[in-house]
Amino acid sequence: MIVGHLLRRGLNRWIVLSLAVILAIGIAVPALNLLLPVTHPLHVPTYIVALFGKYLCYALLALSLDLVWGYVGILSLGHGAFFALGGYAMGMYLMRQIGPRGVYGDPVLPDFMVFLNWQELPWFWYGFDRFWFAALMVMVVPGLLAFIFGWFAFRSRVTGVYLSIITQAMTYALMLAFFRNNMGFGGNNGLTDFKDILGYSVQAGETRAALFFASAAALALGVLFVSALGASRYGKLMIAVRDAEARTRFIGYRPEYVKLFAFVAAAVMAGIAGALYVPQVGIINPGEFAPANSIEIVVWTAVGGRGTIIGPIIGAILVNAGKSWLTGFAPEFWLFALGGLFVAVTLFLPKGIVGTAIDGWDGLRRMRDGKRRERGEDAPLTGPQPEAAE
Amino acid sequence: MNDMAMIEERPLAAKAPQHAALTEREVQESRRKETILYLDGVSVSFDGFRAINNLSFLLGKGEMRAIIGPNGAGKTTMMDIVTGKTRPDEGEVFFNGTVDLTKHDEPAIATMGIGRKFQKPTVFEGHTVEDNLALALAGSRSILAAIFHRRDAEEEARIAEILDTIRLTHLRDASAANLSHGQKQWLEIGMLLAQDPKVLLVDEPVAGMTDAETEETARLLRDIARDHSVVVVEHDMGFVRDLGVKVTCLHEGSVLSEGSIDNVSSDPKVVEVYLGR
Ligand SMILES: Nc1ncnc2c1ncn2[C@@H]1O[C@H](COP(=O)(O)OP(=O)(O)O)[C@@H](O)[C@H]1O
Ligand SMILES: [Mg+2]
Repeated sequence: MIVGHLLRRGLNRWIVLSLAVILAIGIAVPALNLLLPVTHPLHVPTYIVALFGKYLCYALLALSLDLVWGYVGILSLGHGAFFALGGYAMGMYLMRQIGPRGVYGDPVLPDFMVFLNWQELPWFWYGFDRFWFAALMVMVVPGLLAFIFGWFAFRSRVTGVYLSIITQAMTYALMLAFFRNNMGFGGNNGLTDFKDILGYSVQAGETRAALFFASAAALALGVLFVSALGASRYGKLMIAVRDAEARTRFIGYRPEYVKLFAFVAAAVMAGIAGALYVPQVGIINPGEFAPANSIEIVVWTAVGGRGTIIGPIIGAILVNAGKSWLTGFAPEFWLFALGGLFVAVTLFLPKGIVGTAIDGWDGLRRMRDGKRRERGEDAPLTGPQPEAAE
Repeated sequence: MNDMAMIEERPLAAKAPQHAALTEREVQESRRKETILYLDGVSVSFDGFRAINNLSFLLGKGEMRAIIGPNGAGKTTMMDIVTGKTRPDEGEVFFNGTVDLTKHDEPAIATMGIGRKFQKPTVFEGHTVEDNLALALAGSRSILAAIFHRRDAEEEARIAEILDTIRLTHLRDASAANLSHGQKQWLEIGMLLAQDPKVLLVDEPVAGMTDAETEETARLLRDIARDHSVVVVEHDMGFVRDLGVKVTCLHEGSVLSEGSIDNVSSDPKVVEVYLGR
């Protein structure tokens, strides 16, 4: 009842429209891939399904970063860590689903453990043979790390550049740890050679279709969640903390908890994105913790427009489409292009694509209202404020 | 509370005859009980510079007090100490006669009922006028409460009432960033009202206001003072006179002069350090 109210409050026509588009893509793309013959002009090739499935996960990841950066003003440069942890939790489930079908044929131990001469499963691999447990860990592990990290960082009032640096240090430390073989996560190679998910082959067209749809559905839920949160009093509080943190203390709020909630919620969202990503790309390795990955997420969000809901989604998809295109013929230029893009957006489009579009739209509406007033017609003094962030 | 204080003061009491020390202390304590704000022997230094120097300041329950004094006298720092932003190096700071404010932080002190308007008006510029008030509105400060909060008719009425009081009803949906300096000052006073505190600390409320707005603000503060305790810091002597309350003049971190506006403004010490220049 209360939750229903909360969700309805988050709905405005832009949100409804984007939900409709996301779900339509979630159904249409796999349907056009599965139901039409390969020769049909509207057939969507399988590699496109895989590619766009990946983009949907990135979009959810960017949206989760937007919750902490766009709404609360915490520039996390280690957000990729939560994505990778969610991915590893899912990867562990997928590894245990291989069972005796591995190269070494051990019924319990994944290949890399047999290779390292390990005799038994480390304790932290227990439970991952069950999907429900792995699904829980996909959310709990990133959420817990975010909670512990945020508890100390926010309560000791670490802000701004210092906070960004320690988030970056966090993901870097995790990367180094996961590279080590004796950590028990497959070291350098990570987790791969997956066979089944929930009893279905990860290679099968139907499984890919289902994963694609699940990614779209997760993104839609993410949009609903962020917009409902943004429209609530807590949403206003996030903006207040972003713009004037110290001031909120003097009216009795504790900004450290405002940040902590957003940080943990965003980490859980990122974990879910990572968990959906891994079965679609077929591998998770320590490279996902690389600081550069986290910086890329920031660029997607900046390009699309932080502090908006649709912005990070559009940014993630556009930048990654550009990356796929560019790395097709000149992979060595990608990092330069990314850096250049970030500088260009910071200088010329500080509000990002969607933020700038919203400003333009509001400006047009004000002009229209102004003209109406000149003609002596009734017009509101200030146009109705856009709901939530859109 | 009583016992605690006695234990703390034992070394002192041991020097003086027991009964005399106790009665003196009792007198002091009963004096404290009647105050809403009680600062005694408060000092604070920044890098060796004494911004507040053995300051004693009492505000009675329901009293309004004006504070004047040259720039750098420590007026704002005194508010920082009361609101928990700055910890005093020494001295006692009590709220309502019993609550030791040096043991609490800003949010705790704010929720106890001490509200503050800053010298530089600070409102939430990303929000509308109405949302600024809604955020300040008294009520639970927990995250869950904020997530599931639903605006009810009572809050609606309270916000409308405050908007009317601060004359910003027509700008209800305007972004706070677009307000004039004077309007921001009023919005911040409105946020103070929304918090419904017991004590209001108002730092230079009429800076940047026209004469008409200044008069209006004096009227508003006198109104508020009818059922709140108020401390107003201001340089504008006409405005202070308009308030018609007891005046304290601070200088170099301690009280230079205290009394009616006429007494204080004719005090030669005040004329020399403050008014004469
Ligand atoms: N946080 C601080 N750090 C260093 N110096 C400070 C700080 N706060 C106040 N001061 C100094 O203390 C003195 C008193 O300042 P303030 O209380 O703002 O004076 P007033 O409000 O009476 O003009 C000034 O010299 C100021 O520079
Ligand atoms: Mg001052």
